[in-house]
Amino acid sequence: MLLQANTTALFNLRDLQLIVPELILTLSACVVLVLEVILPRRERKWTAYFALCGVAFAAVSLFLLWQTNRDALPLDAFYGMIRIDGFALVFKLIFLLAAALTIAISMRYLEMEGEQHGEYYALILFATVGMMFLACGYDLISLYISLELMALTFYVLVGFTKRERRSNEAGMKYFLLGAFSSGVLLYGMSILFGVAGSTNLGDISRSVTTILGGAPLEGALNAGLPLRPLLLLAMIALAAGLFFKIAAVPFHMWAPDAYEGAPTSVTAFLSTGSKAASFALFARIFLEALGGMRADWAPLVGLVAAITIMVGNWAAVTQANAKRLLAYSSISNAGYLLLGVVAANQYGYVGLVVYLFVYTLMNIGAFGVIISLRRRGLVGDNVDDFTGLGQKAPGMALMMTIFMLSLGGLPLTGGFIGKWFLFGGLLQRAAADGKDWYVWLAVWAILNTVVSFFYYVRFIRVMYLGDGVADARPLSLSPALRTALVVAVVGVIVIGVYPQPFINLAQTLVSSLTGATSGAFALK
Amino acid sequence: MKIPYLLSIITWLPLVGALIILFGFKRDNARAIKRFATAWFGLVFLVSLALIGYDRAAGGMQFIEDCQWIPIIGARYQMGVDGVAVLLIVLTTLLGIIAALSSWEYIGKREQEYYVLLLLLQAAVVGVFASMDLFLFYLFFEVSLVPMYFLIGIWGGERRLYAAIKFFLYTLVGSVIMLLGVLKIYFLTQDASLTGAITPAVMDNLAASGTQARAVLDNARAAASAGGTFNIMFLQAMGSVLPMGTMQVLLFFAFAIGFAIKVPMWPFHTWLPDAHVEAPTAGSVILAGILLKLGTYGFFRFNLPMFPEAAKDLSYFNLFGATFGVRHIMVTLAIIGIIYGALAAMYFVVVRDGDVKKLVAYSSVSSMGIVMLGLFALNPNGLNGAVLHMINHGIYSAALFLLVGIIYERRHTRKVSEFGGLSHVMPGYATVFLAMTMTAIGLPLLCVFISEFLAMRGAFEVQPWWAAWAALGIILNAGYMLWLYQRMFFGNIDNPKNENLPDMNGREWAYMLPLVALSLWIGIYPKPFIEYIQRPVNAVVRQVRPDYPFRPAAPQTPTTARAEPK
Repeated sequence: MLLQANTTALFNLRDLQLIVPELILTLSACVVLVLEVILPRRERKWTAYFALCGVAFAAVSLFLLWQTNRDALPLDAFYGMIRIDGFALVFKLIFLLAAALTIAISMRYLEMEGEQHGEYYALILFATVGMMFLACGYDLISLYISLELMALTFYVLVGFTKRERRSNEAGMKYFLLGAFSSGVLLYGMSILFGVAGSTNLGDISRSVTTILGGAPLEGALNAGLPLRPLLLLAMIALAAGLFFKIAAVPFHMWAPDAYEGAPTSVTAFLSTGSKAASFALFARIFLEALGGMRADWAPLVGLVAAITIMVGNWAAVTQANAKRLLAYSSISNAGYLLLGVVAANQYGYVGLVVYLFVYTLMNIGAFGVIISLRRRGLVGDNVDDFTGLGQKAPGMALMMTIFMLSLGGLPLTGGFIGKWFLFGGLLQRAAADGKDWYVWLAVWAILNTVVSFFYYVRFIRVMYLGDGVADARPLSLSPALRTALVVAVVGVIVIGVYPQPFINLAQTLVSSLTGATSGAFALK
Repeated sequence: MKIPYLLSIITWLPLVGALIILFGFKRDNARAIKRFATAWFGLVFLVSLALIGYDRAAGGMQFIEDCQWIPIIGARYQMGVDGVAVLLIVLTTLLGIIAALSSWEYIGKREQEYYVLLLLLQAAVVGVFASMDLFLFYLFFEVSLVPMYFLIGIWGGERRLYAAIKFFLYTLVGSVIMLLGVLKIYFLTQDASLTGAITPAVMDNLAASGTQARAVLDNARAAASAGGTFNIMFLQAMGSVLPMGTMQVLLFFAFAIGFAIKVPMWPFHTWLPDAHVEAPTAGSVILAGILLKLGTYGFFRFNLPMFPEAAKDLSYFNLFGATFGVRHIMVTLAIIGIIYGALAAMYFVVVRDGDVKKLVAYSSVSSMGIVMLGLFALNPNGLNGAVLHMINHGIYSAALFLLVGIIYERRHTRKVSEFGGLSHVMPGYATVFLAMTMTAIGLPLLCVFISEFLAMRGAFEVQPWWAAWAALGIILNAGYMLWLYQRMFFGNIDNPKNENLPDMNGREWAYMLPLVALSLWIGIYPKPFIEYIQRPVNAVVRQVRPDYPFRPAAPQTPTTARAEPK
């Protein structure tokens, strides 16, 4: 299809309008790179504020985009390479939120590490652009390119503190394994292309339905070939590649090392933005392109989710390093998010989106608190470094407590609302399909949340239950960090106490996945 | 006197107090903080007394509040209480003052946080009793864990960290499983073919004669077909049409495990002795007096009326040729709990010279077994006894923990062997302790006698053997309680440390006397209390067993006792 495109039409104004947020971000990133050179060394932190402004403008344009086109969604652009629908918009919102919070918590941290460089913020913005195209890509090629844009910037970011050995090691590990998994993913995509005869997700979806229906593909070269096994092979290769990206067991090995070694602010971004983007890709490929094969992949994904939840939670119990602990917690959370994909109904999608949104807030919040402990001579990333925080900095400790309880999923926090929908989706699916294993998967997952409380509560224990204080020196706070934390904690609480508008929005936006008309909840 | 939003006021007033303490007082101004907190608890208690105006003749849910909250998942902010909840809420607010008052000397560090958490705990617990929406109930039910975790973890004894996390995780296991049950029952309300079969008679029974309750119920029914509802009355009504089968039994157990751990029923009780032994006195008072009731209240409010077929089931399981039902399991666990609790109390204290608190904790396991037995007798006598026993246990176990706390403040030990002949130096203390010991063993004219009698009579009506086993447990109870009293108070003072112990002071009398008075009041003239619970109890019995032969006479007149067919 691309071959037919003439180059003048490629740049028509309407298509460009649809990617304005991405354009703004790209431009800001380029300006940040220039600013870095122009500004004197002491004024470097203005690059961060500029990057924040870029994110804010992108958010505004995203909002306008939604307002002007809300009735016309979904919109295709660039010959089907890109599709702007509610699903894409809500994920872009999550990425922008993650990027803004990450930039806010980074400034002070980089200063302390002596790595305050403008490139850092440019890389964050470029990664965000990659994520945003991942959410709206509707073609295997555009999806893959955006994935690589995101991944490449992250390889650099993970190794950003170049004087730190752990960071270098993490960057290398992440790069090698990431490149390998991208290869696997690409292999799956190529088979899928070969079988379906198109790289467009919509076309693939139709072909898959036809193949599974047993009818021969129209005008296909492959007459007589058994296509179903090939489809399964493609599905498994794609699943393996994507499981790596979201750090699901058994492809999770890279995550603890990368999370621990990376600069803390990058870890925060990696565990939220990159994870959300990978889930967007996962949902696009499995729910849209391979939606017809749900009966084939649901048990596989369900099994992986069950194992991921267990391994992530049980491994986190033994960790002493806070970043490593949160890495395992992030693995287990990938498992919970997979439940939404397994359920594949509206309840599950809302759960996926709401939980990702809340997860972004609470996880970046938790890493923000870890950053505030960082200072000369104390890395501040051990759980024991939180000792006595409840006495020293009550506000900080309270926020950390809320983040931890929300990660566990205690009611009145946003985490509970997300889990509510994820588990609810599974139960609905069980009733709709008449299959019991969905129920037992839900039981298994929810029992493991109790394990997760064991290690989340460890933070609370050392902060409040001890009488000593690990380090009497004041926290290293900056206005930006403080603002980011307050935003995160308010978001978590508001979504927990009054989730109505968020659910409403999420439900309207994800309706593009289910094909249901927006408005009332599709109950079953 | 009608106060608008009374239940919300009672629920949220402690939260307001907590905020005032948090922001209005300096950290080190402990003296002012504890006075203010106690006064605030007193204020909440006074406000909660307005609930006494509950219309006992009408029954059903009253003081109803109904606001929109999260329409998209059908959750509403609905508050409402029946007579059972009224008594439990008043007991909660009363124990609130007592807990605060008893902490004045006991708590010597971080007072500000302590009273804030105590107030938050009360807000959560009152919220549990006052919710008429299952979603709201669940929020309060689970959030109540957090303040208690801190109370045990910060101000507890030596093994407080272990006890706190054990308490937290243990009870969490139950409530997360319950969460799946909550979700499932919510999805079931969307099933019009199911809810359409609810008969008007069932609705009438649950709404009693309250027009407001009826309106809420009708609204819930309309909401259910439009997208589900969490209204507890409606869920109970749906229980009457829920088909018996795997799903109902699973749902029953999803809820039952959550509540059984809280109760705690044998074999889910192991967290309780640890939590009690380590908790500060006020923590034990709230834990034994109120938090355990969340479990039995849950059985009364949810398991029985929402899954009636499962609750009265006698033949669902068929293992190794034996046929038994859900009810058999529950009753068996209750009876094992009664006897095990008593034996364990004996073993740990008589044989191994343990901690007095542990003894009271195990006696709680035994006592809650009696409540469960009464509940699963599924007749008015049993349920009346069970519900009254919840209140009574709240009174006497709280009192016993307070008494143990008083001696602990003086001696900093709770080992039985450390004491002896205390009646010589502390006559007032010995008197109150005697009153509470007699209450605990069920002496007539004291409150526990009434409730144990009713619960056992209910069990006897169904199956005399059940009552016989329970009676064995009660005898054992009397054995170790009397043994304890003898060892602590009679004989000579062997231990020189005990020679100069001061008797109870004014503050201690102030919080002990109301409990003694209540015990006597319920023991001598229980009628007003029974009146509060009678109609709600009858409604539940009717819901579980629509064919139950009610007699016009009041169910507690013993002359009309007769065996009933099970």
